[in-house]
Amino acid sequence: MEILYVLIPLGLVLVAFGLWAFFWAAGSGQFDDLDSPGWTVLDDDAPPEPPAATRRPDEAPPP
Amino acid sequence: MTAAGTPCFHCGEPIPRGLVIHARISGRDEPVCCHGCKAVAEFITGAGLGDYYRYRDTSSSRADETPRPDRWAAYDRPELVERLTRAEPNGARSITVLLEGLRCAACSWLADKALSLQSGVLDVSVNPATARARLVWDPAKVRLGDLLRVLEHVGLRPHPLAGEPSEQVALLERRTALKRLAVAGFGNMQVMMFAVPLYFGEAGGMDPAMREYMRLVSMLVSIPVALYAGWPFYQGAWHALRARSISMDVPVSLGIVLAFVASVWNALRGQGEVYFDSVTMFVFFLGLGRYIEMIARHRAGSVADALARLAPVTARRLRGGTAEDVQAVELAVGDELLVRTGEVFAADGVVIEGDGRVDESMLTGESAAIAKPPGALVHQGTQNLAAPLKVRVAAVAGHTVLSGIVALLERAQAERPRLAKAADRAAAWFLSRILVGAAIVFAVWWYVDPSRAFSATLAVLVVTCPCALSLATPTALAAATAALARRGVLVAHTDAIEALSKATHVLWDKTGTLTKGLVRVEEVRPLAELPAAQALAWAGALEQMSEHPIGRAFLASGQPAAAASGVEVHAGRGLEGRVEGHRLRIGTRAFAAELQAGQADGSRSAGVPDGDAAEESWVYLGSEQGLLAAFRLTDPLRPEARDCVTGLATLGLRSEIVSGDEAATVARVAARCGIDAHAARLAPADKLARLKHLQDAGTVVVAIGDGINDAPLLRGADVAIAMGRGSALAQTSADLILVRDSLEDLPHTAQLARRTQRVIRQNLAWSIAYNLAALPLAALGFVPPWLAAIGMSLSSVVVVLNAMRLSRGPTIRRRPEWPAARQPEVA
Repeated sequence: MEILYVLIPLGLVLVAFGLWAFFWAAGSGQFDDLDSPGWTVLDDDAPPEPPAATRRPDEAPPP
Repeated sequence: MTAAGTPCFHCGEPIPRGLVIHARISGRDEPVCCHGCKAVAEFITGAGLGDYYRYRDTSSSRADETPRPDRWAAYDRPELVERLTRAEPNGARSITVLLEGLRCAACSWLADKALSLQSGVLDVSVNPATARARLVWDPAKVRLGDLLRVLEHVGLRPHPLAGEPSEQVALLERRTALKRLAVAGFGNMQVMMFAVPLYFGEAGGMDPAMREYMRLVSMLVSIPVALYAGWPFYQGAWHALRARSISMDVPVSLGIVLAFVASVWNALRGQGEVYFDSVTMFVFFLGLGRYIEMIARHRAGSVADALARLAPVTARRLRGGTAEDVQAVELAVGDELLVRTGEVFAADGVVIEGDGRVDESMLTGESAAIAKPPGALVHQGTQNLAAPLKVRVAAVAGHTVLSGIVALLERAQAERPRLAKAADRAAAWFLSRILVGAAIVFAVWWYVDPSRAFSATLAVLVVTCPCALSLATPTALAAATAALARRGVLVAHTDAIEALSKATHVLWDKTGTLTKGLVRVEEVRPLAELPAAQALAWAGALEQMSEHPIGRAFLASGQPAAAASGVEVHAGRGLEGRVEGHRLRIGTRAFAAELQAGQADGSRSAGVPDGDAAEESWVYLGSEQGLLAAFRLTDPLRPEARDCVTGLATLGLRSEIVSGDEAATVARVAARCGIDAHAARLAPADKLARLKHLQDAGTVVVAIGDGINDAPLLRGADVAIAMGRGSALAQTSADLILVRDSLEDLPHTAQLARRTQRVIRQNLAWSIAYNLAALPLAALGFVPPWLAAIGMSLSSVVVVLNAMRLSRGPTIRRRPEWPAARQPEVA
């Protein structure tokens, strides 16, 4: 059972990492809108390519 | 001819009988109710966005076809746009726009797609939860005004927001609450994991060092939960205590702090019970309930949003004879403004030139236009209907009548006096029961074994308090809130559920609640060869010059193309003018028929409805060749109104109409809905007096309204309900919002509120009975700890499962498929 003295702190480190990741996600707005991103998959068409004329010269062309 | 009751393809409202307008949608002719909806539907499908109609789960707002000057002209001017918007890298600009009519994720998809198709748009993000879109565009390629016009074309009315601290505050509040919830959730899971071996280990002979270790680790994990995740409760309790009152936060904080401190003390000295699992569970479930409530409140919209919808951001200022577009915030007292027909006043002012008619319904609720001769006061947020007006600014934003109302509502919302009172009572109830229980335990133990009296009492306090409070009430409220949200009822304040379960009276403001609140053409009956659509177009052209609410009913349905000339108003009778070369009259039957030579009284041919005998008002269109058409105008009763009133009556809720309208109209609506009690011609203050009278008699009153003039009534009521398409200000003072703009959910909601209250009582009785019975037994040594642990968990599971019963039951959820989207919303 002595292994628990190692495993529990290890588990806590993992939890801390998970919490850190969650904080980062919440802070960067990942959870601000949970409804509309689901709709984007229904959109079969490729996103409309902006016509070349509207692109500014200093902007790199899409790869 | 369209079958009666066919709903409009776009907005789902019934199409006026006799009117045939079709929108060409993917090769099929779909019936629509007006040219506004036709234009929007054809624009949407024409832009390749027809999928919108497949994905949407509520019908769209009716398109606004009132002819108005181009509202977005000011946004085409680069120098003004520069001041209104934010700079982005590479010379791009960004602005946040509030979208009125954004109801579901499909609407946000529509807005996103429609804008992305425009060249020069660099980024669009639409948030359906807050009804806001953030646009980033290249001013060299596209003008902001054009983007706003696109949004209006797809039926979403944009309101540009110039700088918005409130939205940022709400966003931060949401993110912080989510983080606190995550800490509580993760922490609770961990502590539970350690609690199980602690409970069972005692039976299996756990090594004391390991036991000590587990308890200390539990403490370590609980510290952030108690301090960080529980912080809002301590803050709330502190505020309440400083204001010398008791809010729900006080017993909650008392429970957390007592349990936590006692556990830390016991963990450090290595003996006695620890309650870290209870503490963390308590914080997590309470936090979850608060979080759900906050999301609903944010969705319900803020007062700042309401202001943005009412007051324009720009104005036309006259300087030295030339007009320039300026930001409304730049206006100063004494400036002269030019306000064109259809525009909204950006400030309070005095008319100095022009003879205007103004729609003040957003302030007073009075739908008829008010005459504004030179010298009259006009108010910010009201709409100029007739001639262009020159106005000298008398008060600017912050000092106008509108900002006064908004400030008042903001304060009322922040203080929530009525809700706070309800919560206080509940808190006092809890506190008294728990303290009495603890006192009994203490007395008994004092008699049995004084040395253990204190620790036993503490044990009872810390375990009863969290269990009863953390699970019994919040889980039931959260389940009810979620169930209601699925039905399209938004609960902005969960305390309202308790009040609703006890309600005995319902006060209705007729217009906009029992009725749809829009005078509209219900039926077109051609009396000559002229087709219905043509007659409606001519009538619309004539009425374009009128500011009467009846006139606006025509404008909402008429073809915008036709123009009338030489229009004369015959007071009390109607209008006369020329449209497309025809001399036409519209108005009472006699007036319209007079135009035909020798037909002074009009021949009553068969089938011509008689205006006086008919229940609704008929308006006639006549030319020199005789009567052309008859139009039936009504403010249609909601089809579900009667069922709703009956449904509420079976639950013991008495309905009563308090209306500002004419007695005859009110009596007719009351009769058709089956309501006995009704009062007409009431000012907002009279409505409030009626409410107070009922409340003084000890009744619990629900108020349902949709307009700003209802805001005082809604604020005073025990439960305030606003319609989903009502005024934004009414919604900010509401506890419940019927998002689907339909009354049919109301009886369900009242029923669910009662079931919720029943479940809460069952849960409380169960947890208190269990704890009071089990704890002393366990402390006396009759129950081994592992059995107590199983019992504790089972007790919690029972409470949660009992609450979950609320989220079952008949949920009304519609997912219209492509053809079914045209079925009526209300069967």
